[in-house]
Amino acid sequence: MIQTRIVEIWVGLFIAGGIAALFVLAMKVSNISTFSKVEGYELTARFDNVGGLKKTAPVTVAGVRIGRVGEITFDDTTYEAVVHLNIEKTYDKLPMDTTAGIFTAGLLGEQYVSLEAGGEEKYLADKDEIKITQSALVLEQVIGQFLFSKASEGGSSEGSSSSSSN
Amino acid sequence: MISWLRYLGRSGLSFFERLGRGNLFLFYILLGLPTLILRFRLVIQQLYVVGVLSLLIIIVSGLFVGMVLGLQGYNTLVDFGAEESLGVMVALSLVRELGPVVAALLFAGRAGSALTAEIGLMKATEQLSGMEMMAVDPMSRVIAPRFMAGIISMPLLAAIFSAVGVMGGYFVGVGLLGVDTGAFWSQMQDKISWSDDILNGVIKSIVFGVVATWIAVFEGYDAIPTSEGVSRATTRTVVHTSLAILSVDFVLTALMFE
Amino acid sequence: MSDNNKDTPLIEIRNLHFSRGGRKIFDGVDLDILRGKITAIMGPSGSGKTTLLRLIGGQLKPASGTINVDRHNVPELSHRELYKLRKRMGMLFQSGALLTDLNVFENVAFPVREHTKFPESMIRTLVLMKLEAVGLRGARDLMPNELSGGMARRVALARAIALDPMMIMYDEPFTGQDPISMGVLVQLIRLLNDALNMTSVVVSHDVQETMTIADYIYVISEGKVIGHGSPEQLNKSDSSWVKQFIHGMPDGPVPFHYPAKDYLEDLISGTG
Repeated sequence: MIQTRIVEIWVGLFIAGGIAALFVLAMKVSNISTFSKVEGYELTARFDNVGGLKKTAPVTVAGVRIGRVGEITFDDTTYEAVVHLNIEKTYDKLPMDTTAGIFTAGLLGEQYVSLEAGGEEKYLADKDEIKITQSALVLEQVIGQFLFSKASEGGSSEGSSSSSSN
Repeated sequence: MISWLRYLGRSGLSFFERLGRGNLFLFYILLGLPTLILRFRLVIQQLYVVGVLSLLIIIVSGLFVGMVLGLQGYNTLVDFGAEESLGVMVALSLVRELGPVVAALLFAGRAGSALTAEIGLMKATEQLSGMEMMAVDPMSRVIAPRFMAGIISMPLLAAIFSAVGVMGGYFVGVGLLGVDTGAFWSQMQDKISWSDDILNGVIKSIVFGVVATWIAVFEGYDAIPTSEGVSRATTRTVVHTSLAILSVDFVLTALMFE
Repeated sequence: MSDNNKDTPLIEIRNLHFSRGGRKIFDGVDLDILRGKITAIMGPSGSGKTTLLRLIGGQLKPASGTINVDRHNVPELSHRELYKLRKRMGMLFQSGALLTDLNVFENVAFPVREHTKFPESMIRTLVLMKLEAVGLRGARDLMPNELSGGMARRVALARAIALDPMMIMYDEPFTGQDPISMGVLVQLIRLLNDALNMTSVVVSHDVQETMTIADYIYVISEGKVIGHGSPEQLNKSDSSWVKQFIHGMPDGPVPFHYPAKDYLEDLISGTG
């Protein structure tokens, strides 16, 4: 019965395909797995506040993506967030005094880490730390500060602090 | 006025009568299911008819639905500068709603109508009576394997539909419109939960599988055994299944994602 | 069942009442079908002959009355007991009722595969024997849609006798057959009945063919048995109804006209 065999093979393929699709949904679409690691090296950066930065967010230099955000942990001795950055192997010439900042793509978009290259001769290597960082801009804080400075500006027209000048 | 009331009463009575018969029918199917374990070959045959033959329409529709979602979603999201969230939008719509629902509607049109027509014709040509007289219970020999195959097929088809749809959204979003690959996947993984979204989608599709196959086999079995009766039953299968799936979907969604 | 002697009828129907859709189909029918004989049940179309077979097979339940088949009252049997009894019954449907997705061989093998665990070689031998009996051993690989009506009925017959039942019921076996296949079927029914020592019940309105093979005939009309006896006895019957039926006269106790109001009055009234 060749026909039965073909039927059975097709049904086997169908069930395997269906389970594979479920597997893809589980692993690739949902949060059940961690994103597959890119080959490269890891840097760390400490931030006072990472805002809404998430794992696997892009790491860019001059707007070009060179890696992804890895683990984000909290250091309870310094009360800082430690962000691990997985940088692709080809981009291995980042100067030692490179700075890192957390920005938002568009008004409502995802947050990402932007690196700005410095001028040193020596390059960052695996497990190095980026020393100079700029925390995420938290919209509520910015608005709060703005309102506060406006209020204090109105309250005392003279002798305003330099921070409120712009 | 009186005649109108009478009409209303009569249709109400016949509706509940059919509903009752349908429930009784389901009960008999369930009685027939245990013996199937010994004869899984029958289910495999039906899996081919019900599942494999629905694959093409499921894959092609899934791809296009995903691509349309990609295009439409991009156009909306780009205004907010949030095109990075395209992946979330496409995948969430597919996994929660469109995957199970559209796959079930397509299933009703492709496999459900075929089941009704096949069983109806078997009834019209006295094949079911013939089996009964050969002391072979058509419930366990004909209906139960088809019912089982429908329930197994539906979640698999819905999963394939969603997976292919996400691919379609990816082709359009990342391939054509230049959304960042990483953002597409990372936001998706971030926002979509395995237990809340995907598992609930699978549960939905299993329920739809039960509803769609139940209606299809019942309409076939209950059809008036003439060619006209069978063709009417086939139409009824598609209409009733679509209505049932959409309303059950509302109830399930309200229960799951409140 | 030691007391199953040849003299007790295989099927004993007493005071059978059955109605469908508000219409009385059987209104107190008594029938005996003797073992090893061919009993014919005759009557005009729509007189419920097929319904009678379905009642005997337990597919329908009567409003009242008893149907004893081999001392089992069919309407009172449980599902399991009914199926056990049906294994010993064969039924030949008007259409043949072959399973359209199986070929001839598999159709005949179907009941054997369903009810026994015979090895494949034994099933093959058995099926070929049954097909040989109906003269269609050569057609084993054909699909049902490739068969003529007469051939389909013969395959169905081979299938009905596959498990060597104690009785076989024929539903209108001669309807729509050309003279040759009619002759073949008449011969087959007689042959199988005698060779396998079965009891046969033939439901038909084809008077000539039925008269040639039946040992005993019941004539039913309007829910009642209106005549019974051997073919010779019926031929000599003085019941005007039986005469009309046997000789196919257009008018008689069964009127030519469907009940209507007066013809002249109907023409003049001009409405409805």
